[in-house]
Amino acid sequence: MSSANTVSINGQPHTLPDDPRVSLLDMLRHHLGLTGTKKGCDHGQCGACTVIVNGVRINSCLTLAVMHDGDEVTTIEGLGTAEAPSALQQAFVDRDAYQCGYCTPGQICSATAMLDEIAAGWPSDASDSLDGPMEVSAEEIRERMSGNICRCGAYANIVDAIRDVAGEPA
Amino acid sequence: MKPFDYQRAEGMDHAGQLVAAENATAIAGGTNLLDLMKLQVETPQTLVDVSRVGHAEIEDSGDGGLWIGALGTNTNTAIHPRVRADYPVLARAILAGATQQLRNRATTGGNLCQRTRCYYFTNIDQPCNKRDPGSGCGAIDGIARLHAVLGTSDQCIATYPGDMAVALSALDATVHIASADGKARTVPVRDFHRLPGDTPWKDNVLEPGELITGVSLPAPVAGKQIYRKVRERSSYAFALCSIAAIVEMDGDTITRAHLAFGGLAHKPWHDPEVSEVLVGQKPDAALFDKAADVLLRDARGYGENDFKIPLARRTLAAVLAEATGAEL
Repeated sequence: MSSANTVSINGQPHTLPDDPRVSLLDMLRHHLGLTGTKKGCDHGQCGACTVIVNGVRINSCLTLAVMHDGDEVTTIEGLGTAEAPSALQQAFVDRDAYQCGYCTPGQICSATAMLDEIAAGWPSDASDSLDGPMEVSAEEIRERMSGNICRCGAYANIVDAIRDVAGEPA
Repeated sequence: MKPFDYQRAEGMDHAGQLVAAENATAIAGGTNLLDLMKLQVETPQTLVDVSRVGHAEIEDSGDGGLWIGALGTNTNTAIHPRVRADYPVLARAILAGATQQLRNRATTGGNLCQRTRCYYFTNIDQPCNKRDPGSGCGAIDGIARLHAVLGTSDQCIATYPGDMAVALSALDATVHIASADGKARTVPVRDFHRLPGDTPWKDNVLEPGELITGVSLPAPVAGKQIYRKVRERSSYAFALCSIAAIVEMDGDTITRAHLAFGGLAHKPWHDPEVSEVLVGQKPDAALFDKAADVLLRDARGYGENDFKIPLARRTLAAVLAEATGAEL
């Protein structure tokens, strides 16, 4: 998309807000009604606001909407629906990978991008070697998902759900 | 967040002109700046978006080294094939910091300019000479667990919080800077960050209107590269103490020891006298202790952070043992 002052959200063009203070997160939730993306800390510490921008995951609370002219944003609403969930969305259901569910959209957006990063051979702090191929071990998942906090402590099931989708024995 | 005027720079020269304006601040990834603007620690009148001015490239420099553009993301530095192959201490340091979401936004230039995570600096209800010159330092007689033990002043005991710059210091990188009037200058990364002294509000040597254009790494040197970070939890926490090390051995003798330390001072700490203790010697526990004596000769704790002094000693010994194969 090249037209000025628009951002693509889940494939739909949207005009950027006039007020430069509006974070990408607040644009999604308050301007567009896309309330799947959650506001937890609003300071980049919890990961509940994680979305995928131009293929990589970021904290939507720590970026201004006006800086995303021409970008392509994918939110939890763009990954799947209740009728046709993505593989990770289904795995989170199957594994009961949540209690209250507030962090879940951020967890799933984060994990979706994380599996692409592993496939691309990006190393993490938990990787023994900096050169691929990277494992989808529990240790790797825990390190790579450390930007997503779950207040209910559903981490064990979150790791299992991600490993199900990655084709690794949980 | 206080209102501000948003301007998008169309190139580095344009960015320099815009940033030179009164109370204007550049924004690239924004991961630190927007956090601080929400807290009203930073209240720029004008925000200059430099995220589209280019300078994001990472490429071989003519001298066998590597050029890292200021606007490249931390992720792109950490995954770059040459960084992984020739400067693994830099890849490891970046991967030890923040989260993948933050590294995907944060830039090389922005990371160098990130502010301290001192609790008094980030709380506008508290005194802080760095945020509000002359208001005092809450940390010196307060909560100081994260704080500095080297190079402090009676004005400020904050630490520089980053990991990337610690590795850049060990690698003896150079910071490239452009000013609004088109002039360019370079500063060794070891001289880029400052000690607090009587002007703790100055984190680094950037003058108003100056922007970082990139960082250059010298040609890689031989030796084992290690980044060791000690923190309160195993991921997503700032360093209590970290060490970037490049150590080369010839037989059983240390021939090179490039060391830089994070979490201990207002800047990545580099002390050539520590290397001098080590080079030409055979590695053992007594030698490592001697190096720590030199590193920590002027160290001073402030109560809650007293533990950092023995922690730095033990971390140095562990890193040197790993690098040299010596027994502790």
